[in-house]
Amino acid sequence: MPEAHAHAGPLRHHFADLDQQQESSALGMWLFLVTEILFFGGLFTVYTIYRHLYYDAFSAGSHHLSWKLGFANTLVLIGSSLTMAMAVHSAALGQKGRIVLFLLLTILLGGAFLGVKYVEYSEKILPCLGDGPHAGCLVPGARFDASALHLEGKEAREVQLYFSLYFGMTGIHALHMIIGIPILALLAWLAHRGRYSALWHTPVEMVGLYWHFVDIVWIFLFPLLYLIGHH
Amino acid sequence: MSEHDSQHRRHVVPVPVYLAVFAALCVGTVLTVTAAGHDFGALNTPIALGIAATKAILVILYFMHVRYSPRLVTLMVSAGFAFLALLILFIMSDYVSRPWPIVPGS
Repeated sequence: MPEAHAHAGPLRHHFADLDQQQESSALGMWLFLVTEILFFGGLFTVYTIYRHLYYDAFSAGSHHLSWKLGFANTLVLIGSSLTMAMAVHSAALGQKGRIVLFLLLTILLGGAFLGVKYVEYSEKILPCLGDGPHAGCLVPGARFDASALHLEGKEAREVQLYFSLYFGMTGIHALHMIIGIPILALLAWLAHRGRYSALWHTPVEMVGLYWHFVDIVWIFLFPLLYLIGHH
Repeated sequence: MSEHDSQHRRHVVPVPVYLAVFAALCVGTVLTVTAAGHDFGALNTPIALGIAATKAILVILYFMHVRYSPRLVTLMVSAGFAFLALLILFIMSDYVSRPWPIVPGS
């Protein structure tokens, strides 16, 4: 295989054409996302069983969250999915400047989501720190303070499972975004350098798939964690 | 390359479609909160999950381009959700059909 042919343009020599190359990437990315679906699926199954067992405690825990913050964050994340879709759209049209613009907007909205998450987490975690009384501490464990939720006895213990799942599921979701944002920044830099064209912009498309997947997870997390028994 | 050029022009989704999907997702989010404020009895959770699943399908079909992707991608996505259904279905069938939880003193 002559060197010149092997490295001509974005087409790798083991693919017949760019379409086949792009479809292979999409298939591989989806295979990864399938493992992610099953990974989060395990957590959702655990959630389902414990919510069924300890419904009253889960409802009390859910009422303590601010549904307004969750609602606002849902809209922010959906907005970031729109800007991500627009980045891919701009790439498909070969509009370099607009790829960068929409990727930066996606980063901004993703950062706003994490900012709200920081506010939500800190009011639950900060009371647990230090030596003094830990009133309002909602991290499951020895310092957990169920009086903030007006719960005692059996339910005071059960609600810790709700908060374990709350921190676990939203934490892993947030981790996905924390991983995604630097990748978006790298894409924006490479797009700025003119790496992507209408003919080949597969990385933008694949990271888009990842970002939309993270959005889908939140679409399920919002009603399941923030809106239990709100009627 | 020239004979391949027409094939390389993959489907570009028009911007209004993205905006319509975004609007539908926002409406779905408002609907989720509104529905949670009413008591539909045993239907509370199915309604919340139904709205969430509809939103997820919109994202998958349009934002993630599965509607415009080759059949093999559609098959991969469907297989993923089929295995998710298996995971939940079999664990739940086990859970409802035996004494559980097995906790001393409970």
